Amino acid sequence: MTSPVELVRAMKEIVGEQHVIHEQNKLHVFSCDGYVARQALPRAVVSPANTEEVAAVVKWLHEHQIPFLPRGAGTGLSGGAIALNNEVVISLARMNQLLSVDFENLRAVVQPGLVNLTLTKQITGDGYYYAPDPSSQSVCTIGGNLAENAGGSHCLKYGVTTNHIVAAKFVLPDGEVIDVGQPYGDAVGYDILGLVVGSEGTLGIATEITVKILKKPQAVQTALAMFDRVEDASNTVSAIIGTGIIPAAIEMMDQLAMQAVDKSNFHVGYPPDIEAVLLIEVDGLAAGVEEDAERVVEICRQNHVRTVKIAESTDERALWWSSRKMAFGATGRISPDYIVQDGVIPRSRLTEVLQRITEISRESGLRIANVFHAGDGNLHPLICYDSRVPGETEKAIRVGSEVLHVCVDVGGTITGEHGVGIEKIEDMRYQFRDEEIEAQIAIRRAFNPNDLCNAGKLIPEPARCVEVKQARRIIEQNVEVFSGFQEQTAVTAPDSTS
Amino acid sequence: MAKAEPELVQMSRHVSAFRWPDAPEEEKFSVCVHCGFCLDVCPTYQELKDENHSPRGRVLLIKEAAEGKLPLDESVIDPVFTCLDCRACETVCPSGVQVGSLIETARGQAHAAYPPVGRAGTVERIFLRGVFPHRSRLRAIGKFIRFYQRSGLRTVVRKTGALSVLPHAAREMEAVIPEIAADMAVDALPERIPARDAKKGTAVLFTGCVMDVFFAHVNEATARVAVRNGLEVLVPREQVCCGALQIHAGDREQARIMAKTNIDVFLATGADYLIINAAGCGAALKEYPDLFRDDPTYGQRARDFSARVRDISELLVEVGFEAPKGHINKTVTYHDACHLCHAQHIRSQPRQLLRAIPDLKLVELPDSERCCGSAGIYNLTHPDMASALLERKMDDIPETADAVVMGNPGCMMQIRLGVHKRQRDLDVLHTVELLDEAYQKEAAEQ
Ligand SMILES: Cc1cc2nc3c(=O)[nH]c(=O)nc-3n(C[C@H](O)[C@H](O)[C@H](O)COP(=O)(O)OP(=O)(O)OC[C@H]3O[C@@H](n4cnc5c(N)ncnc54)[C@H](O)[C@@H]3O)c2cc1C
Ligand code: SF4
Ligand code: SF4
Repeated sequence: MTSPVELVRAMKEIVGEQHVIHEQNKLHVFSCDGYVARQALPRAVVSPANTEEVAAVVKWLHEHQIPFLPRGAGTGLSGGAIALNNEVVISLARMNQLLSVDFENLRAVVQPGLVNLTLTKQITGDGYYYAPDPSSQSVCTIGGNLAENAGGSHCLKYGVTTNHIVAAKFVLPDGEVIDVGQPYGDAVGYDILGLVVGSEGTLGIATEITVKILKKPQAVQTALAMFDRVEDASNTVSAIIGTGIIPAAIEMMDQLAMQAVDKSNFHVGYPPDIEAVLLIEVDGLAAGVEEDAERVVEICRQNHVRTVKIAESTDERALWWSSRKMAFGATGRISPDYIVQDGVIPRSRLTEVLQRITEISRESGLRIANVFHAGDGNLHPLICYDSRVPGETEKAIRVGSEVLHVCVDVGGTITGEHGVGIEKIEDMRYQFRDEEIEAQIAIRRAFNPNDLCNAGKLIPEPARCVEVKQARRIIEQNVEVFSGFQEQTAVTAPDSTS
Repeated sequence: MAKAEPELVQMSRHVSAFRWPDAPEEEKFSVCVHCGFCLDVCPTYQELKDENHSPRGRVLLIKEAAEGKLPLDESVIDPVFTCLDCRACETVCPSGVQVGSLIETARGQAHAAYPPVGRAGTVERIFLRGVFPHRSRLRAIGKFIRFYQRSGLRTVVRKTGALSVLPHAAREMEAVIPEIAADMAVDALPERIPARDAKKGTAVLFTGCVMDVFFAHVNEATARVAVRNGLEVLVPREQVCCGALQIHAGDREQARIMAKTNIDVFLATGADYLIINAAGCGAALKEYPDLFRDDPTYGQRARDFSARVRDISELLVEVGFEAPKGHINKTVTYHDACHLCHAQHIRSQPRQLLRAIPDLKLVELPDSERCCGSAGIYNLTHPDMASALLERKMDDIPETADAVVMGNPGCMMQIRLGVHKRQRDLDVLHTVELLDEAYQKEAAEQ
């Protein structure tokens, strides 16, 4: 068994003294990501500078059978970067360079720790941008986006992360480095890149990523439409898409979400008695955009909008977008804690699903605010709770799960863009049959045979491993008693292969 | 947290590590929802890429110390003191976490637990308690520097290498100290200056310490532009330094003493406004109520006081200012001092003043709201971080600019240092200096 001293010495040799954090008190800030309902301390945090260092770190950890996981900015909402097994966290935050840009062929090569919006900022002067725009784009990393297959408001028209990543350097869980995808042209042979995008850090670590960049649209028009009734807003969304317009984005917020953002620095001033607000954006060539915007306004009117307005300045447009993009964080204004859920439904079932969510909220006594990418039916119910009240965290998790089941029941899925992580791992069973889960496990095993890389995330253990899981739960419930053995259990327990 | 812990830590669990009065408040740290929006705007996180040195990390450390999950040791104190208190995080935080207040109160706890030692201790003993609170000592230092600059002593000292006794950062600063005026504005200006035209109100001019020793002419320019725009200006002699540097260092006790004096002096005048031209001081004056949370009497007086504090640019726009007619044919860029933009939300007003000056061309400074590394005495206590941030700021200043303009003496000193190191031909000016110059020229041009 490797001693902590050996581990730290080896890591320091690879990445340099100042890039290894191992003192227990300095590890607390890494005990969770954007999902705060679970916490666990990593045994160390290591920050490599390049692919070679990542590979050397992983190789050493693999040889010594020490579990590890990658971390970007730690904004994940499903707990993917939480060190459940006391992992060594490999932080990619220092690897934040834009390595090269090929404007002619619309490609950029980036390190995984480059912040999504920073890429756009660095190429905007030349008239280009990176399209996927998660609300967290000002902080989250492109590596994290790859791992979660992140979506965003403008993915309605432009597609999610997987449509914008064409190649990557990937460090496998044994430290071997492979190139996946094709910088130009489509995948030849198996589409391994397609597999690693969205793998939530369970198949290895992306260390260099080639993305598509786009020319900025010539014109943009943004409308803000306020509705007395959710149903009207929802019909508007369907009607717009029904006419054949493909808006760049259609976002919706309900009254509670509006109240939260209006209390923040990003105050728009929504009326207190409307049920829903839609933020609709059309972009493209100047001539067409003007026309589309007029049609959008017209459709809103046909659907009993109370007021609809086109942004008059870039400042106004920016404020409306901030108001939408900051909505999750602004929930802190109305509740000490929240869980963001992330279900997808067929768009036509929106009104009905929202009614069910209202009922679940009433039954549980927990308030639920709703923010969503209405265009593609991706809901983000924000379940408000107070972790200081005993039992309320568990209740919130349960309510989240119930909401997801409603989504699956109407023909949708349990995640649109935030991933499964640890948060929704049990809900995978609601979505998939045992055989389907086993097939996924077989894939993971091919990449990650010893389950050292981000174990316990994304794919639940098959039913026959339930005993192992029970054992682990007993350990977790009796942390004080077992804490002395933690070193040992951490290495041996996460064993879905048994 | 599932990890073996030393026994002592286990025993101290749930006993707050903050044992002194005036501790970080639960209602302030509990509103952090851990979303991470603040990470990438934080200059220290940008430099170090360690979450311990990010706003989200610092708030978590403060929370855990308050909950007794962490002791008040280096793991908490180092991040709390490496913070620039620049408040960039507050601007983006959707949940409204008052990081600045949490940091300052946490520093107060550290200050009470461990009286400062080493370099920070020396700085604090000599300057924060010994010099700044006392006008006579400030005046003496000003006079000494003036003598030093004008007498030839500077040449001798520089030649003999006598400066090597100073820490490197202070030695660098020595080179860029501006020519000191014969008198501080608080001594030179009359105690009451009548408004020029129809009176819009009475305002006390807060002269400050660093501003008045190093940039007395900025205080005088401030008085002139205020008077010119219909304000009667009072300059009470009894005012003292605002206490911002003490608050940043965690010496809240000393800061409270100074705050009480200023509150008493100001309220006694019955003035409508208190004018301040230094961003750091302005933020501190506006936040005096935070110092008196446990003191009902001074709490109320502090609120009455703070409600009337205005940055000069803010006040001119609020009461209405007359556009100058004098021309200034220069290209300038504007640096947003953290304590103006992030702490006081003042961004458009200084630009409005500059745009009103005929012929003056204002070009935007990229990422103008990022800290220059000055941050009070930060450049003395954390020279490496400060100089990394200064380098980035200097890189951003457009080549076309003849001057870089701002509203804070600390930034002015820091950026003067940057200009000096790079040997750039660039003036470093306060916003009111340009406005005042335009008014002066108007008289001459007529
Ligand atoms: C306020 C807020 C709003 C959000 N809005 C959206 C949204 O609109 N759309 C959306 O899709 N998401 C959203 N998210 C979720 C989150 O920002 C995304 O999942 C993002 O992609 C995570 O990036 P990160 O750098 O923070 O990754 P982390 O949180 O650090 O990691 C996420 C996962 O990726 C893995 N990982 C990280 N880097 C790598 C790498 N280089 N190689 C392999 N695996 C890696 C980690 O192990 C972990 O499992 C939001 C989050 C917050 C807090
Ligand atoms: S932005 Fe605010 S709420 Fe979000 S992590 Fe930072 S301090 Fe906390
Ligand atoms: S005040 Fe500035 S340095 Fe301190 S945490 Fe906030 S952004 Fe970072």
